[in-house]
Amino acid sequence: MKICVTSEGKTIDSNVDPRFGRCGFFLFINTDTSEIEAVENGSAAAGGGAGIQSGQLMATKGVKAVLTGNVGPNAFQTLKAAGIEIFTGVNGTVREALEKFKRGEFKSNAGPTVESHFGMK
Amino acid sequence: MIISIASGKGGTGKTTVAVNLALSVVNTQLLDCDVEEPNAHLFLKPEIANSVPAYTPVPVIDEQKCNWCGVCREACAYNALAVIPPDGPQKKGAVLVFPHLCHGCGACAFLCPRKAINEERKEIGVVESGRCGDLLFVHGKLKIGEVMAPPLVRQVKRHADSGRTVIIDAPPGTSCPVIAAVKGSDYCVLVTEPTPFGLNDLGLAVEVLKKLGIPFGVVINRSDIGDDKTEAFCRNEGVSVLMRIPFDKDIAVLYSKGIPFVREKKEYIKGFRAMFDGIKRTLR
Repeated sequence: MKICVTSEGKTIDSNVDPRFGRCGFFLFINTDTSEIEAVENGSAAAGGGAGIQSGQLMATKGVKAVLTGNVGPNAFQTLKAAGIEIFTGVNGTVREALEKFKRGEFKSNAGPTVESHFGMK
Repeated sequence: MIISIASGKGGTGKTTVAVNLALSVVNTQLLDCDVEEPNAHLFLKPEIANSVPAYTPVPVIDEQKCNWCGVCREACAYNALAVIPPDGPQKKGAVLVFPHLCHGCGACAFLCPRKAINEERKEIGVVESGRCGDLLFVHGKLKIGEVMAPPLVRQVKRHADSGRTVIIDAPPGTSCPVIAAVKGSDYCVLVTEPTPFGLNDLGLAVEVLKKLGIPFGVVINRSDIGDDKTEAFCRNEGVSVLMRIPFDKDIAVLYSKGIPFVREKKEYIKGFRAMFDGIKRTLR
């Protein structure tokens, strides 16, 4: 299964970025093969709609689950429409997050965790 | 001729200058383009003859025609669209529209290869027009909670009467609503005050006008307070100071009553006319 973890850096030992739409990097991880692809977030500095753009990227990449700190309302709506599971409140390194995810320690979210523009603060 | 009145910093006296200038010169029209907080009408108390709702187009997707190609999303500069690709034959794709991010440019509908996007009108506010004696008056009022000021500013400006001297009261700041208001002006009057705050924001406004290529000059309001750094800035930058309005108790009292000060202090009519003539000479 392909998942995405928002990350401050390009490697699996980077810290999880608490922002979704405006995170530094997206780490796309195939949980079966442990294959990793790091993509710099082109929307990190967008004037508006960063969450939508990032949600769009998840849909285009065929991600099944997103692990991050917080998700705003627009990103949430986009991810939900694409049928992607959202896990928030994730912290520590990407590696730790991935292990916890594999052990089923996270609970998926029913709604956005922050208001619009949270990642700009 | 179109003269816009802008500042940078809020509360420097844009509306005061716009209203008093409009009343001092003959054959004028005032367009209050500060659509988030229009207040020129509080001074002019115009008789409003027309009130027309203002709309901006937002895309509506025809699910029957759409094949989720994503052209609309790529065209949108404001990320107002998301296209969820179909997931196998069972799960259809979807297009999400975020109307509060849409600027109403129409690119998505224009570029859609399957003509699957229709445009629906979204009400963003109202344009009211009327007159105050010989002065023609138009203003826009943006709905509370609505973010798209520029389309409403442009709709107010469509009322500009080419047979008159048009005076535009612009919003404060240096971003999109200001650009929408001052764009196309023949001249821009920047109203400032001689304080560090006024000067800082005047500097930003000057940058904007240079970029837009609009000739401009400065009115220093409350000119006898603060320091002389604003005067020095204008000297060094070669910006002409068109007028100085002192920190005068009479003016403050009239302002507090909502009375344009040229109505009581007639000597200023001459001052505003001289400024207007000076602007005309500059443009000749």
